[in-house]
Amino acid sequence: MTAIIGVALTMVLLGGTAVVLTEKPARQAIMLSIYGVLLGILFLSLAAPDVALSQIGVGTAVVPLVVMLAVKRIETRT
Amino acid sequence: MTRTVRYVVFGLGATGIGLLGVFAILKIPAFGASSHPYRDASIPAAVKHATSNVISSINFDQRGLDTLGEESIFLASVLVISVILRPAGHETERRELSEGRPLDSTVLGGLVFLPIVLIIGLDVITHGHLTPGGGFQGGVILGTGIHLLYVAGTYRMFEKVRPVRPFEWTEAIAAGAFACLGISGVLVGASFLANVVPQGVFGDLFSAGTVPLLNGVVGVEVASGVVVLISKFLEQALTVRSDSGNPQGNGHTSRETKTPDGQHP
Repeated sequence: MTAIIGVALTMVLLGGTAVVLTEKPARQAIMLSIYGVLLGILFLSLAAPDVALSQIGVGTAVVPLVVMLAVKRIETRT
Repeated sequence: MTRTVRYVVFGLGATGIGLLGVFAILKIPAFGASSHPYRDASIPAAVKHATSNVISSINFDQRGLDTLGEESIFLASVLVISVILRPAGHETERRELSEGRPLDSTVLGGLVFLPIVLIIGLDVITHGHLTPGGGFQGGVILGTGIHLLYVAGTYRMFEKVRPVRPFEWTEAIAAGAFACLGISGVLVGASFLANVVPQGVFGDLFSAGTVPLLNGVVGVEVASGVVVLISKFLEQALTVRSDSGNPQGNGHTSRETKTPDGQHP
């Protein structure tokens, strides 16, 4: 296991913990976006660039946007 | 079923799966070992069909049926979102949105990056059989990249530039085209989704047979699907509001005076 993979795995571990420990859903969506980039770096260091591209596209761009729009819709209702 | 019975059933199932998991983990090869039977089978098959990107070959050539199922799932989920996120009976779409102006730096960033992102997305789709990426990745890049127009402008302006109905049509037509490309394999005499187009030279732009065609079709479908999906959410978050008991139902509630980002008008 090379140093890069070890560092990437540690960052993913810390990032996942940070996402879980974030309280409000809107902030959690942003943390999820950053976590997506960390996961993309991990997949890239494990020689899987297609998976990294998919992860960054979906987990960093689409899912946090959808979550934040849903949270905004719910908050303006109440 | 009482709570205790549920916990007992869960405990039995979890113990069984846990034991199986432990036995499985004890027998897997070490990390980074050199015995890869799947690699020994799939890479020669990819090279035989002149596909440089082995992942694309696995996705669209060797396991094309799984990708057909994956695209059907994507189509179905966008369809369900479109159905669920219609304005309900007691909600109306506001006609007037009081939106602010974005920052000048945001406008500059959006206008500079929009053509770059669109070109990158098209590049990832068309070179899916040569470089990492492919139809799905490039489609997501295109679909989200076009929303830089919304980030750099206002929602009303963005709505004029992005009509949703053509994207719904292209998504459905592209999903059908995937199945038609598969059926063309049957019509020629090979199996469904077989690679029946001439495969060319390894590493050329026009190589790998049906893989670039399927990549393009999937790219169009995913890009259109992402645009439709995000459009429904944007509609709900920005324009749809409940009629709070107004008998005329004209949608003018006290929330009308708030701008979308919650600041005072």
